[in-house]
Amino acid sequence: MKLAICAGPATTGKSSVLRHMIRKLQAAGDNVAFLKVDVQFAEEDEIFAKEFGIPTRKVYSGELCPDHCNVMVLGDALQWAEKSGANILLVETAGLCLRCSPYVDGGLGMIVIEATSGTNLPLKIGPMLSLADVAVVTKIDRVSQAEREVFRSRIQDVAPNVKVREVNALYGIGIDPLVDAIHNQADTWDKMLLRGNPPVGTCTICVGKKEIGWQAHFGVVRSLENQNFYRGE
Amino acid sequence: MINTITILGGKSRAGIPEAVERIDLNMGDVVSIVGPTGSGKTTLINDLELFADANTQTGRRVLINNERPPLEYRDNPAMNPIALITQHTTFLSDLPVVDFLTAHAGIRAVKKSQVEEMIQKTLDFANELTGEPIVLTSRMTELSGGQTRALLIADATIICNTPIVLLDEVENAGINRTRAMELLRQYRKIFIFVTHDPRIALLSDYRIVMQGGSITQVLYTNEEERTFSHKVSKLDDLLSAMRDKIRFGERLTTHELEGLA
Repeated sequence: MKLAICAGPATTGKSSVLRHMIRKLQAAGDNVAFLKVDVQFAEEDEIFAKEFGIPTRKVYSGELCPDHCNVMVLGDALQWAEKSGANILLVETAGLCLRCSPYVDGGLGMIVIEATSGTNLPLKIGPMLSLADVAVVTKIDRVSQAEREVFRSRIQDVAPNVKVREVNALYGIGIDPLVDAIHNQADTWDKMLLRGNPPVGTCTICVGKKEIGWQAHFGVVRSLENQNFYRGE
Repeated sequence: MINTITILGGKSRAGIPEAVERIDLNMGDVVSIVGPTGSGKTTLINDLELFADANTQTGRRVLINNERPPLEYRDNPAMNPIALITQHTTFLSDLPVVDFLTAHAGIRAVKKSQVEEMIQKTLDFANELTGEPIVLTSRMTELSGGQTRALLIADATIICNTPIVLLDEVENAGINRTRAMELLRQYRKIFIFVTHDPRIALLSDYRIVMQGGSITQVLYTNEEERTFSHKVSKLDDLLSAMRDKIRFGERLTTHELEGLA
C-alpha cells in the first residue's frame, strides 16, 4: 500500500489537484482509495465515489484537532483501503494547524497552496510546509511571473528540501510529476510515526478554560511582554 | 540554450489528424495564434506549457531543439523556459513598485550589482508601453490596468528572462501594441501571442490558424499584409482616438476618419 497525505488551507484547490491525480492513477492501472478528514463539512467522498467509482470514506474531526484526527484513524483507514482492494490511499485533510503537520513517515506529504495567497504565505504556515515532501502551488495563471518566482523562492527559503511543483488544476497542467512521486513512494510499513515534533499539548484553553488573561491559566502560558513560561506546580 | 520549439500535430476533436503536421518556432520569432472562440487556442497553449508528449487530449508532441524536452523543464518550476501572461494574470502584491521589482530581480540576478540596472530597464520598457508613466514609489495595487499589463510584460521579458513568453489575449489592456512589438523584437526570444487583434497578427512573423481544435494553417505575413499593417494600425489608432473622445464627453464628426485616406 502506498500512502499520500494532502494538506493545505481551505479552497486552495486540494480536491481539484487530487481529482486530476486520481484520473491519472486510474489510467496507470492503480486502484485508489480516498479518505477525507475535515472539521464539520465535506462532500468530496461522495463526489469522488460517483466520479471515479472508487472506495471513499469521510471523517469529521469535530472536537479533535483535524490534522491529528487522521493520525488517529489512519491505522484503520489503511486496513480499510487494503480490504477494498486499493493499492494507493489518498488522504485529504483540512490542515488547519500551523504548529504541526498531518504528515507521517512512510507516506508522501503534500501541501497544496495557492500562488494567489500572497508572497509571504510560505513564511507563515510552518511545519505544514516545511515537513512536506512536495509543495503544490495552484492558481499559477492568476499571478505575475514575478510573484510566482518570489513565492517559489520563499518556499525554498523556509523549506529547502521540499520539492516545488506548480500546477494549473483547471487544465491539469503539472500533475504528472505528482503522480510520479506517488509511484516512487515506498510502501507503508507497520508502526508509522507522525512526522516532526508535536507542539506543547497542554493548553488550558484547549481543555475548556475560557477566562481571559494568563493569570487564570496554568501550564505553559505567556503574557504580552514575555515569551512562554511555565506557571503551576 | 533553446533554438527551436517544434509542435508535432495531433488529432482534432473529431479524431482527424491535424492539417499541419509540424511547426518549428525559431528563437527570435514573433508568432500569433488565431482562431474563433472555442477553436482550441488555449488548448494549444496548454500543450506548450505541458511539453505535451502525445499524453494530452490533442495527441500533440512538443520538442525542444528537435528532442524531447528534459524532465527538468516539467518538474522544476525554476527551470521552466516559459513565462505566461494571461488575461487573468495580475499583481497581487501591495508593495511599492521598487520594492517589488527589487525582490524579483534579487532572485533572478546573477550579481547583486545588476539589480538596479534590471529595475531601471524594466521600468523604462513598461513606460514606453503605457500612456501614464509608472512611478517607482507607487504601490503595485494602485497601478491602472494598462500600467499593470505593461509592467507584467516588461518584467517577464527583462527580469524573468525566459526564452519563451506566452501572451494570452493581452490586447484589451490599453498598451501601445505597435511599440510593444517593436521593443519585444529587440529581445531574442520566442513570443507567442494568442490574439484576436489584426494589428498584433499582422506585426507577427506568421500566424497559426486554429479551427475545431486543430491547427489548420500557418500563414506567413506576406509583403502586402506587411505594407497594409501600417493602415490597420492607423485605423486602430483612429478608433482609440474616437474611444477617448467618447470617454471625455465629446461629439464625433465624419472628419474623424479623414486621417485614413
